[in-house]
Amino acid sequence: MQYISPTTVDEAVHALSSATGACRILAGGTDLLVQMRAGMKRPDTLLDIKRIDALHQITAEDGGWRIGAAVSGAEMGEHAALVSDWPGVVEAVNLIGSTQIQGRATMAGNLCNASPAADSVPALVAANAVARVVGPHGQRDVAVLDIPSGPGKTTLEPGEFVASTYLPARGARSADAYLRFIPRTEMDIAVVGAAVSLTLDADGICTAARVALGAVAPKVLLVEAAARALIGSRLDAPALDALAEACSAAAKPIADKRGTVEFRTQVAGVLARRATLIAQTRAGGPA
Amino acid sequence: MALDNKTDAGKRQFKIVGTRPLRPDGVDKVTGRARFGADMSAPGMLVGAVLRSPHPHAQIRSIDTTRARALPGVHAVVTRADFPTVDDAAIADILDNCMAGDKALYDGHAVAAVAAASGAVARHALELIAVDYAPLPFVTDVDAAMKPDAPALHPSRADETVPPGLSANVMARHQFGHGDIEAGLAAADRVLERSYRTEATHQGYIEPHACLASVGPDGKADLWCCTQGQYMVRNTCAAILGMEQGSLRVTPSEIGGGFGGKTTVFLEPVALLLSKKAGRPVKMVMSRDEVFRASGPTASTSIDVRIGMTKDGRITAGFAELRYQGGAYPGSPVDMGSMSAFAPYDLEHVKTIGWDVVTNRPKQAAYRAPGAPMAAFAVESAIDELARGFGLDPLEVRLKNAAREGTRASYGPTFPAIGLEATLRAAKDHPHWSAPLGPNQGRGVACGFWFNFGGDTCVSLNITPDGTVTVSEGNPDIGGSRASMSMMAAEELGIPYEKVRTIIADTGSLGQNDVTDGSRVTFAVGLATIEAARAAKREMCKRAAQVWGIDADAVIWEDGAVRPVSPNAGKHPPMTLAEIAAIASNTGGPIAGHCEVNAEGAGVSFGTHIADTEVDPETGAVKILRYTVLQDAGKAVHPDYVEGQFQGGAVQGIGWALNEEYIYGDDGRLQNAGFLDYRIPVASDLPMIDTVILEIPNPGHPYGVRGVGETPIVPPLAAVANAVSHATGVRLTHLPISPPRLLAAIRAK
Repeated sequence: MQYISPTTVDEAVHALSSATGACRILAGGTDLLVQMRAGMKRPDTLLDIKRIDALHQITAEDGGWRIGAAVSGAEMGEHAALVSDWPGVVEAVNLIGSTQIQGRATMAGNLCNASPAADSVPALVAANAVARVVGPHGQRDVAVLDIPSGPGKTTLEPGEFVASTYLPARGARSADAYLRFIPRTEMDIAVVGAAVSLTLDADGICTAARVALGAVAPKVLLVEAAARALIGSRLDAPALDALAEACSAAAKPIADKRGTVEFRTQVAGVLARRATLIAQTRAGGPA
Repeated sequence: MALDNKTDAGKRQFKIVGTRPLRPDGVDKVTGRARFGADMSAPGMLVGAVLRSPHPHAQIRSIDTTRARALPGVHAVVTRADFPTVDDAAIADILDNCMAGDKALYDGHAVAAVAAASGAVARHALELIAVDYAPLPFVTDVDAAMKPDAPALHPSRADETVPPGLSANVMARHQFGHGDIEAGLAAADRVLERSYRTEATHQGYIEPHACLASVGPDGKADLWCCTQGQYMVRNTCAAILGMEQGSLRVTPSEIGGGFGGKTTVFLEPVALLLSKKAGRPVKMVMSRDEVFRASGPTASTSIDVRIGMTKDGRITAGFAELRYQGGAYPGSPVDMGSMSAFAPYDLEHVKTIGWDVVTNRPKQAAYRAPGAPMAAFAVESAIDELARGFGLDPLEVRLKNAAREGTRASYGPTFPAIGLEATLRAAKDHPHWSAPLGPNQGRGVACGFWFNFGGDTCVSLNITPDGTVTVSEGNPDIGGSRASMSMMAAEELGIPYEKVRTIIADTGSLGQNDVTDGSRVTFAVGLATIEAARAAKREMCKRAAQVWGIDADAVIWEDGAVRPVSPNAGKHPPMTLAEIAAIASNTGGPIAGHCEVNAEGAGVSFGTHIADTEVDPETGAVKILRYTVLQDAGKAVHPDYVEGQFQGGAVQGIGWALNEEYIYGDDGRLQNAGFLDYRIPVASDLPMIDTVILEIPNPGHPYGVRGVGETPIVPPLAAVANAVSHATGVRLTHLPISPPRLLAAIRAK
């Protein structure tokens, strides 16, 4: 097995294009190294992107934030301005693993590992985040929603990797929230995840919303019917009921060792409702 | 010469016993100096690895190891064909579990092993071994395995207790009790009939099984391993490999948890055979996946209960039929479940029937009070349901029926002085029992019992020339025994705790010792330590008397020194242990005391637990808000460790009640062989577990000690289930009460 650790994005793209056999990108390694140890993945080449300075930056850009693919969860959690704009995205990232894992794990890695239960991905989709993909044919921007294509699979072409993720500018009275259900309080994987991002007007009426669910389908779900249930409402009980119903209706989970179809379907609505109320409070609450 | 009275345990004033000195293993464990099983290494050492069956049940047609043996760096390959034939049925089962014979009996069953120059070469070699399997129908569920047409693991192995016509997977039938059940039930105002299920759980010790074996060309062998019993390892490996016990020396490592799971062997005979074949030391360490798939979890169970109660809370009769699957070999702990199910109660009419069943799962091993927690879950749930149904206080109902001194136990004997009633009264008086509850919160109570054990024990106590003391015992220290033995030796000798160092000896240094199990060590090894100290004191009295030129009967041991028994014996200043030690060479040679005993008189132990839970009615999540353990310890030698045992047992029981379970797929394979999806509680899942130590002295021990390690895991399954029932109004009869299961029950209400 070959280990490469380039120091620029161009070098990394070149190395990736010229590598033979199976090549994996190593960022935090908190999924990849575990999978290798378990014998599930046996790459011929490991391309470590952690020595690329540009990928370690959290940068203000057009009012939003660009987060490099090598930025750890702990670094995001310590970035006050980012937390202020996107508390839901950061809380989702910070839920991954333990304190030790947070020092290594990256949001881009969580996205590209393509687990249907990834915590950060519903929050990124609710935030309408965009991944910057680099590869032999240059760079392209892709909605985070379109990166995973199924369990363990992405739409990335051979030779491509995610270099950064962009979170758009935040307006007034806007906020997001992410909740997941786990049987324990820590050290676990989402049985259901729900993210809500919304904007309120001065009267407390919801003017914009995006709702996304994790762990209830082969990939993250953007539930537009749930968002429609919120938009135009004061997030009152009927709106929240409609939201919960839309989420449960959209959920198409499997039954496995972590939960039944009925449980995931039901809890998807419960969590979406609770996340909405948290986001509402963060956005300044009712008028 | 007069020594302390053996029967005054209740009144005795202790100086060291009952205090909380620093634990002797603490610094080594927090600095990493302690050596666990995987920390052992030897020059020229090879790495061993095991090939395991992916099938839950399969005929092994052939195993071709040619390509593995040809791989550079591979020094030895073994299959079952390399092991001798074993006649003894129990040993043969252990061997078959360590290395499959004609059939692979469960997912993870070992079928071959290699020793190679590195782990990478060993793993590569495993891929080169070709096993020709013919998959067979399989069964992993206990009730399914009892159906007459179920796939049979071992045709014609049932013992004589099993009536004809049953499934071949039923290995044994047990029955206990007295009285007339039907007459008792007829006297009840209500008879409750319920069926309960519990899933298999794993002890969840953090340290995986690991060993280092070195067999010399002369056949003499050394083995270092992580175990609860080095003598058990020696005797079992010797029996499997056809060795003499004296030619195998086993040294136990520091142990990172066992809870019963390290009372048998898995890797050790394989490592010894690989080492013998390779002519080099061989080290083997299980991965976590291997620990889950191929060590010894406990039984899953299916239990039917019938209990009659009068409307004022008197239990008129108790009946339970218990079915335990213990994996692929006979020996599930259903016998102990059947004996302990009704042990806390004074019943005129009681009967239990236990069925030992085999399935295509790993061979169960002991797990802390083996068999009792599941039986207690069923019985304590039923009693709670009856009590609440009559509007009675569940604690009062238990008090009304509690076993006391003189009660004829459901499993036969008549109880001497026991502490159940004391724990119930302490629970009633505890502020926890009367604290207010909020919405979606509930409180549960349950009792538990464990037999405790004594057994073969050897202790050697040596007085060094400078007057310090070394104690050698033969039981790995899981629950603080080095501290407890040092304390009891220091108490007996009247010297400071810091002057005594206790070590765990290898099998060449002491006689036979039973395993660290049955909550036996503080009781039995403590008893032997006290007796060894008394022997040393007798010798020191003799030496002092000799120096003074008076009769040995004319001296007494008091406060760490020998004194003349009366002025008539002459005016001699007291001679301390250190003074006697300093001149030992001139008074007859080194001074030591030792004790070899099959310790009898281990007192039974009872506990009562109170649990408060809060249920999220929209998700089925259960939070443990408050938890109190009240248990009789006889005498708490080191109360920190006793409290630790109470808390640890409660936590393991909470995990069993809420989330822990072996999950098998439709393919018969274990779905959750890791700590991510086998969910033991993490620290943030738990409140501080409150403890109350009661001390009703055990008349069978010089200081009144009872074992405390196992009883605390018995009540929590029912205490938590009863609390959840109180919080939600639905009664869960199937553990674990995982969120999907509880939410479904709440929504079906």
